[in-house]
Amino acid sequence: MPILEVEDLSISFKQYTSKWQQETLTVISGLDVVLEEGEILAVVGASGSGKSLLAHAILGILPGNAIQSGTIKYKGETLTSARQEELRGSEISLIPQSVNYLDPLMRVGKQVRASAKSGDPVTLQRDVFEQLHLQEGVENLYPFQLSGGMARRTLLSTAMVSGAKVIIADEPTPGLDPVVIKEALKNFRAFADQGCAVMLITHDIESALTIADKIAVFYAGTTMEIAPVENFKGKGEALRHPYSKALWNALPQNGFTPIPGSQPQSNALPPGCLFAPRCPIATPACGEARPEMRELRDGKVRCIHED
Amino acid sequence: MRQAIQTDRLALNRRHWMIFFTIFAAVFLALVVIGGTFLNPERIATNFQEKNLAPSLHHLFGTDWLGRDMFSRTVMGLSLSIKVGLIGAIGSTFIAVSLGMIAATMGKAADRIVSWLIDLFLSVPHLVALILIAFTLGGGFKGVVFGLMLTHWPSLARVIRAEVMQVRSSEYVKISKRMGKSSVWIAAHHIFPHLLPQMIIGFLLLFPHVILHEAAVTFIGLGLSPHEPAIGVILSESMKYLSSGMWWLAFFPGLSLLLIVRIFDWVGENIRILADPTKAHE
Amino acid sequence: MKIEAKNLGFRYDGYPWLFRNVDLTIQPGEIVGLKAPSGYGKTSLCKILAGYEKPVEGEVLLNGEPINSKGFHPVQLIFQHPEKAVNPRWKMDKVLNEGWRPDQSLLDLLGIEKEWMTRWPNELSGGELQRFCVARALGPDTKFLIADEMTTMLDAITQAQIWHAVLEIVRERNMGMIVVSHEEKLVQRLCHRVINLDEITSRM
Repeated sequence: MPILEVEDLSISFKQYTSKWQQETLTVISGLDVVLEEGEILAVVGASGSGKSLLAHAILGILPGNAIQSGTIKYKGETLTSARQEELRGSEISLIPQSVNYLDPLMRVGKQVRASAKSGDPVTLQRDVFEQLHLQEGVENLYPFQLSGGMARRTLLSTAMVSGAKVIIADEPTPGLDPVVIKEALKNFRAFADQGCAVMLITHDIESALTIADKIAVFYAGTTMEIAPVENFKGKGEALRHPYSKALWNALPQNGFTPIPGSQPQSNALPPGCLFAPRCPIATPACGEARPEMRELRDGKVRCIHED
Repeated sequence: MRQAIQTDRLALNRRHWMIFFTIFAAVFLALVVIGGTFLNPERIATNFQEKNLAPSLHHLFGTDWLGRDMFSRTVMGLSLSIKVGLIGAIGSTFIAVSLGMIAATMGKAADRIVSWLIDLFLSVPHLVALILIAFTLGGGFKGVVFGLMLTHWPSLARVIRAEVMQVRSSEYVKISKRMGKSSVWIAAHHIFPHLLPQMIIGFLLLFPHVILHEAAVTFIGLGLSPHEPAIGVILSESMKYLSSGMWWLAFFPGLSLLLIVRIFDWVGENIRILADPTKAHE
Repeated sequence: MKIEAKNLGFRYDGYPWLFRNVDLTIQPGEIVGLKAPSGYGKTSLCKILAGYEKPVEGEVLLNGEPINSKGFHPVQLIFQHPEKAVNPRWKMDKVLNEGWRPDQSLLDLLGIEKEWMTRWPNELSGGELQRFCVARALGPDTKFLIADEMTTMLDAITQAQIWHAVLEIVRERNMGMIVVSHEEKLVQRLCHRVINLDEITSRM
C-alpha cells in the first residue's frame, strides 16, 4: 500500500538573476514518486538535481519564494501545509543533510531525547546511541565537540527515536566510516520491515544498493528512471535510461568512466530531454520535447529510445 | 536556450520598490538638510505682528509667541539634528569598527578588554551615559556630539567583532593563508567585503537613535544651546505654551522628528534585507 | 619530493590525544590512501601535513627540510565542502586566481567552463565549485596534494571526472598524494597503498 505519493510535483523559485532582474526558475518538473509501506526507496542523482527539495516539499519546509504545484499524499490523504506541519517530526521525520541542524548550545543526548514521542526518552536514546556506536560519554557533549561522523549519527538517532512512520534521510552517509554506514543502513532496513517506509536521498549509489528496494534516478530536477535494485549490476545492461547507465559505470568499482559535460543549470535547461546534450544515443527527436515517464520492464523510464 | 520565464520587465518586484522608496527617502532627507541650511533666516526672525498664528497656507506649521515661522524653525531644527546625527553616527561607527576589529584580531587580552567595555556601556542606559559625558564636556554642540559618539558604538562593535571572528575562522581564509596571502591582504580582500554591509547598515540604524537622543538631551537642557534652532529646544520651549491651546508648537515639530527617525529606520531595515543573502530572493 | 611525518602527535587543549607517534613517509608520485575510524583524527593529520594546524609533538619534513610557513604552501589540502572553501562574496574568477593563474589547459582538463567565471559561488553546484578548488590548489609550487573526502559530496560521474583530471596532473608532475575517503572502492581504485591510522598510532 502506498504510504506517500508524489504526483506531478513541480517547484519553481522566483530569483534575482542579476541585481534587479527576477526570473522564475523551475527546479523540479513533473516529478512522480511513490513510497510503499515496508519499502526503502533510494533517490540518487547529482547534487543540484532537486533531491533535497523533494524532501523539503514533502515536509512543507520550502523557502518562502518557492512556488509549488502538484499533489503530495500521505496514506491517501492530500497534504495541506497545516497537515504537513502536524505530521512533521511525528509521522514523517527528516534526517537533514547538514549537521548544522543540531542546536549548538544543547548537549546532544538531550536533543535526541527531545524527539522521543513515546516510551522512556533516556533508554530510547541510549539504545540508539549504542546501536550507532556512539560511546557512553557522547550524550554529554556539545555538537562542536563531535567529529563530523559523530554529528551525523546524532542526527540519525534523532529520527530513530521519534517513532515516525516515514523517515526521509537526506544524505545520511557522507563522512561516515563503512562500519557505521552499515549499521545505520541496517537500522533503516529494520525500520522499513516494521511496516514503515524510508526515502533515502543520496548520491552514494553503492550504499543505497545494499538496502534499498527501488532506486529513483534524478537528473536536473526530475526522475529519469525508477528501477528495482536488482537492475543495478554488471555493466548496467538491465537499466533503462542512458543516464542511469552512465552513473552506474562511473562508479569506482565499475568502469570509473566519466562522461563529459555537467548537469544543466535550472535557468538553462535544454528544451527536450534534459539529458540529451550529454547522451551518447541522443537523436534530433530527443531535442524536441520532454519525454513522458513510461512503464518499462517492471520500472519506469523517461526516454524515447529504450524498449 | 534559456527556459526560465522572464518576468515582465515593466512589473516592479519587491526589490525595485525598495530601491524606489529608498531613493525617495534619501531625496527627502537631502531636501530637509538643504532646506535647513539655505532657508532664509529672516523667516525665523521675531515678528510680533504675526505671533501665535494657527497653521495656515502662509505658515504651514503656524507661528510661535515671537511670531517666528514654525515650519522654517522645524526644518532648520531637523537639518541640524540630521547633521549632528551624521557626525554622531559616523563617529560611533568608526569606534565600533575599530574596537570590533581590535577585539577580533589582537588576541585574548584585547578581546577581554573590549568585551568588558561593551558590557559596561550596554549596562548603563544610553541617555544616562550621554548626559554624563555631555555634562562633563561642558554641554553645547561639542558636548552632545562627543557624548553621542561615545555612547552609541557598543552593539555595532559586538556585531563587527563576531563577523570578523567568523570570517577569520572560515575555511576560505585559512586556505588563503596557505596560498601565501598576508594578513593585510586577507583583511582587505576577505574580511572587509563582509564588514562593509554591516557597517553601512549599522551606521543607518544608529542614525535614528542618535537623532532621538540628541533631541532628548537638548530637550532637558543639557544639549545644544537654547539659541540654536534645534528640535529639542523647540519642543521644550513649546511645553510652556501647550496649556494655552497652541498645540501646533509641539505637534508639527514632534511629528516631523518622528517621521525623519522612522524614515532612517526604514531605509536601514530595507538595506539590511537587501544585503541579507538568506532573504535575497524574497 | 618526499614528505615525511616524524613522531606526530596532536590533541586539542584539555582533550585526550587524537594520535601520537605517527610516522609516515610518502614518495613523489605515490598515491596513498589514509584510513581510520571516525573520530581518529584523519582530518587533523591532513591539516597538520598541509600546515593548517601545528602538531603538538613531532614535525613534518619535505625533502628532509621543515616547511616554510610563509608563502604558497607546497602541501595543498582540498576539503570536503567546497562551498565553505570559497568566499561567498567573491566571483568565481577571483576565487580561481587567488593563489596563481591556472592556464586554459588545466581548466579544460577539469571541465571548468568560461561562463562560470562571472558567477557567484551560490550559483554553482558543489561539483562545479570543487573543480575550482582543485584548480586553485594545483599551483606550480604544489608538490604534494591531500584530498580529504574531496568527492564525497559529489555524484559518481562528477567524481570520476574530477579524479581523472587530478590523476593526470599528479602523474604528469610526479606529485605525491594522500587520499582520505570512507569509500573503499574509490581508495582501491586510486591508491598504490593504504595506511591505516589506527595501526600506526598510539592513543595514550
